[in-house]
Amino acid sequence: MNISVLLKQVPDTTAKISISNGKVDEDSVSKWSMSPYDEYALEAGMQLKEATGGNLIAITCGPERTKKMLTDAAAVGADTLVHIPIEGVKDSTHIQKLLAAAVERFDSSVILCGKQAADTNGGSTGPGVAELIGAACVTLVSEVKFSDGKFTTIRPSSSGIEKVMVDGLSVFAFDKGTSELRRPNVRGIMMAKKKPIESISSDDLGVALDSSSLVVNSQSPPPEKPAGQKFEGAEHVGEVVLKLRNEANVI
Amino acid sequence: MDFTVIAEANGDSLHPTTYQLIGAAASMGSNPTVICPNGTGAEEAAKINGVEKVISVNGDCFNIFDGGAWASSLSSLCGDIILISASPNGREIGSRIAAKKDIPVIQDVTSMTEGITVSRPIYSGKAMESLTITGSAVITLRPNSFEAALAENNAPINVVDQSADVKISIQEAINKASERLDVTEADIIISGGRGMGTIENFSHLEEIADTIGAAVGASRAVVDEWGMPHRMQVGQTGKTVTPSLYIAVGISGAIQHLAGMRSSKYILAINKDSDAPIFGVADYGIVASWEDAIPSLKSALSELQS
Repeated sequence: MNISVLLKQVPDTTAKISISNGKVDEDSVSKWSMSPYDEYALEAGMQLKEATGGNLIAITCGPERTKKMLTDAAAVGADTLVHIPIEGVKDSTHIQKLLAAAVERFDSSVILCGKQAADTNGGSTGPGVAELIGAACVTLVSEVKFSDGKFTTIRPSSSGIEKVMVDGLSVFAFDKGTSELRRPNVRGIMMAKKKPIESISSDDLGVALDSSSLVVNSQSPPPEKPAGQKFEGAEHVGEVVLKLRNEANVI
Repeated sequence: MDFTVIAEANGDSLHPTTYQLIGAAASMGSNPTVICPNGTGAEEAAKINGVEKVISVNGDCFNIFDGGAWASSLSSLCGDIILISASPNGREIGSRIAAKKDIPVIQDVTSMTEGITVSRPIYSGKAMESLTITGSAVITLRPNSFEAALAENNAPINVVDQSADVKISIQEAINKASERLDVTEADIIISGGRGMGTIENFSHLEEIADTIGAAVGASRAVVDEWGMPHRMQVGQTGKTVTPSLYIAVGISGAIQHLAGMRSSKYILAINKDSDAPIFGVADYGIVASWEDAIPSLKSALSELQS
């Protein structure tokens, strides 16, 4: 079984985001990491691979720097590394087409990804790719198991959680999983460095990145809040509660 | 541009965000068509100001949530600009409809002006992005970011039968009846961090939450280190919340945490460290330990409630 994991490299969640000339300054990002929810997708991919003897394919779209993340994925056990080189911010519709073409090229039976990336926070990729390849999609899942030719997964419901079964081509978008993430060992890291990365261009995938009807005007720091009122000591609690009622009208 | 609003339900009625979606469409000078999946809340939607008509969609596919089936059923009923809540289900349906129609989807929008120009938080609120849309699009709106429309209308309701293939099935539903109010649903949240000392001390926050009908949240540190449930985590790798009031107790305000709660309408921070970054985003700050502040907070709030 071919298991595809869709990964995105993002500024580490501890990194400061600075803006220059109306754009997020990527050069100033101190550390790039695999998007946190994608790590859970990768872990689930490893477990599926171990349970089924499958082949784990790690796929990313992005600039040159994202290859490092693919090597990190190989260090924990990804078998095939696929890089789709693109530069700059693209419409998520384009990314979905590239990823959909890639998972089809590798004849994937199941596709795993994070519920959303830590940079755009969208959550469009999993369901969008599923739509393009005609797959089922379950989002916010915490585990995926395979038995008797079917996948079972856990997702939140309005009253708790529910166990969902899917038969056939499926996309699972992960929330924080229930499993501890595995860490690469030294041998894994050494082997990963030698693992080739297959580069597939949008042309190879037959995807035309036509112009988007979406124009990014600017990126900016979040609006500054006016300085708040600060009180020293717990004796002011009563006063602040009255302000919450009378000034803010929130209680 | 004609606007379509896909209603979000809460049980048998409309979720409050549906009023905000309609309010947002109306603020753009549009009289939206409102689509009610499974017919839920159709009569209620017809009463909301600005609504031109309601389409009540019936189909077996609405018996369980399968974003793909829902999108297949609803897609052909939608107009140029499709507004839907940026809830998990809304995002999923929105992405599916956009992919089906080959149009862009813009998630988690917090403001919208003529043009159509929208802005949305990126990097979990560490930055904002402004976008202009020149064609059809799906736009998901962040709850509590738009004025709700009032309800004194009487729009017509069209009933449509349109189901689709469901590809998933529910094997087992596990209820967690004792579960507290969810942080993403609450109008007031009281969250604790490492400054609370131990996990047991969260009982004090729960007591206050019960008094004022709030949800209890937590910082990443206490979720990771003390094993609080992840669903309580507010921040970049947890929930992004926009309540009317966010009370942060013993939370220093790591950039991670601020990302998840800074767009709350009002923030009250209680922390014994006067230099804690949380005070930088707080409307009201009290420099005190939780041990000193919480008893007075509890009594002041109960007094207001009585």
